[in-house]
Amino acid sequence: MAGSEEESRIIREMESLNESKRKIDDEIRVLQARLLQIRQNNHSSKTYGNNLPAHHIYRYSRHLLLPSFGVEGQANLLNSSVLVVGAGGLGSPALLYLAACGLGRLGIVDHDVVELNNLHRQIIHSEAYIGRPKVESAAAACRSINSTTQIVEYKEALRATNALEIMSKYDVILDATDNAPSRYMISDCCVVLGKPLVSGAAVGLEGQLTVYNYNGGPCYRCLFPTPPPTTACQRCSDSGVLGVVPGIIGCLQALEAVKISAKVGDPLSGRMLLLDAMSARIRIVKIRGRSPQCEACGDTSPLTRQQFQKFDYESFTQSPLSTTPLKLKLLPGDARISSTEFNKKIKDAEPYVLVDVRPSHHYKIVSLPRSLNIPLSSLEDRLPEISSALKKEQECRGLESGRGTALYVVCRRGNDSQRAVEYLHKMGFSTAKDIIGGLESWTFDIDPNFPTY
Amino acid sequence: MKLTLEFGGGLELLCDSVKIHNVDVDQKDVEEKLTMKDLLVWVGKNLIKERPEMFMKGDTVRPGVLVLVNDCDWELSGQLDTLLEEKDVVVFISTLHGG
Ligand SMILES: [Zn+2]
Repeated sequence: MAGSEEESRIIREMESLNESKRKIDDEIRVLQARLLQIRQNNHSSKTYGNNLPAHHIYRYSRHLLLPSFGVEGQANLLNSSVLVVGAGGLGSPALLYLAACGLGRLGIVDHDVVELNNLHRQIIHSEAYIGRPKVESAAAACRSINSTTQIVEYKEALRATNALEIMSKYDVILDATDNAPSRYMISDCCVVLGKPLVSGAAVGLEGQLTVYNYNGGPCYRCLFPTPPPTTACQRCSDSGVLGVVPGIIGCLQALEAVKISAKVGDPLSGRMLLLDAMSARIRIVKIRGRSPQCEACGDTSPLTRQQFQKFDYESFTQSPLSTTPLKLKLLPGDARISSTEFNKKIKDAEPYVLVDVRPSHHYKIVSLPRSLNIPLSSLEDRLPEISSALKKEQECRGLESGRGTALYVVCRRGNDSQRAVEYLHKMGFSTAKDIIGGLESWTFDIDPNFPTY
Repeated sequence: MKLTLEFGGGLELLCDSVKIHNVDVDQKDVEEKLTMKDLLVWVGKNLIKERPEMFMKGDTVRPGVLVLVNDCDWELSGQLDTLLEEKDVVVFISTLHGG
């Protein structure tokens, strides 16, 4: 008891200190903005090579010493602006380098808040910002690195309705989002506005990078005129991602953005970089050029602003712009059971068999007691195991209670369990029911200490 | 004809999670050259173990799959009509959206 009192006292104290810290951070932010303005006014009269202000010469001296970059490159950076869409796994490292490099303006768009399970890869955020907008967290980190770059916050989702206005204020756009509709929308908007797009993606142990709509190169639609089926779109929240993999791609995105902004080198246009982290291989491949038939950038009918704003990206790709997990409803109400009802059946010692249809590596993370792991992909082959489990349960506990044995199916969120029950009904297991909302609902409604992932 | 076939971006999950396949594709006729169209049929029959709709649509790959022949987009070499040669490397990669 003493330990838990001590624990809550410490948590309270930390919360109050964090609150004070937030206020101080806000005050610092206001002061920094004023200082930046004063400095810009002061230095405007006194400049050196390529109009660089004096305080930039020492700060960026290692850039200036690069013969292929020099004062010209640095002055180009100072005069340009980059917008990063998404402050997640890709955006985090990209923003850190872009804040450091000496751009004139850096914009950040994200509608999400920082969560604990982001921190293994979204390295711009820290524990103190959990629950707060990612944009606020990322902007604070960028400002603490470099008070001389103007940092602009957009705490909103990028949509066809606001994208033109936001993106038109920037020279280079970084796509660091995590879903298909956003990727089509950002690419189309870049085509309409004539902006180069540095596009990165990472899932699992693989990453991809290219520059679209630059110097006569292709746009995203030139390469992918038809969206993929939704089942082909892996998400980090389902498939997992090794933290450093988006980190590498995000750093490369920053590099391409710096090259384009500074007007140096050969940006990765018309080529694509493919990273396979597991086998430590990077391959750079040649991709097609701009397609004259492209519906966005083609010769026949290039996309107009009006068409862009009216285009429904979510129905085009059959998937939502935000990454809220899918909530299927395949089964009638009487083929489903809530976690609360299921818990009551356990308490009443009713006979049941619980089949957990998650992949086995999920089952190893955490599982309910007395559950049988039969992954959905192998359900077809393992029906006899369910039959024998039902028979055994009926013999052990069914007889003494005088009731029939129930069959319940659970998964992580309650989608695969419905697919499984649909199949089980077809195969003659007519009483099978799925647990609504899966193990997440168990944590939410029954046992808050049951880990989620 | 000996070829190296590689699957990535999640497509390897359709062929027992093996990414690199060194294969020997038999030709009906030595005179007749092997095209990508022939190879896709062969891959569908011999390597794809589950959910074939995640690899093919009609007689070509499904939307969202990039096909590279010797590190070059197959759009540049004639797509389905691309002629394959001994020791070519063909990569099938699903585009990623995550971040
Ligand atoms: Zn295009």
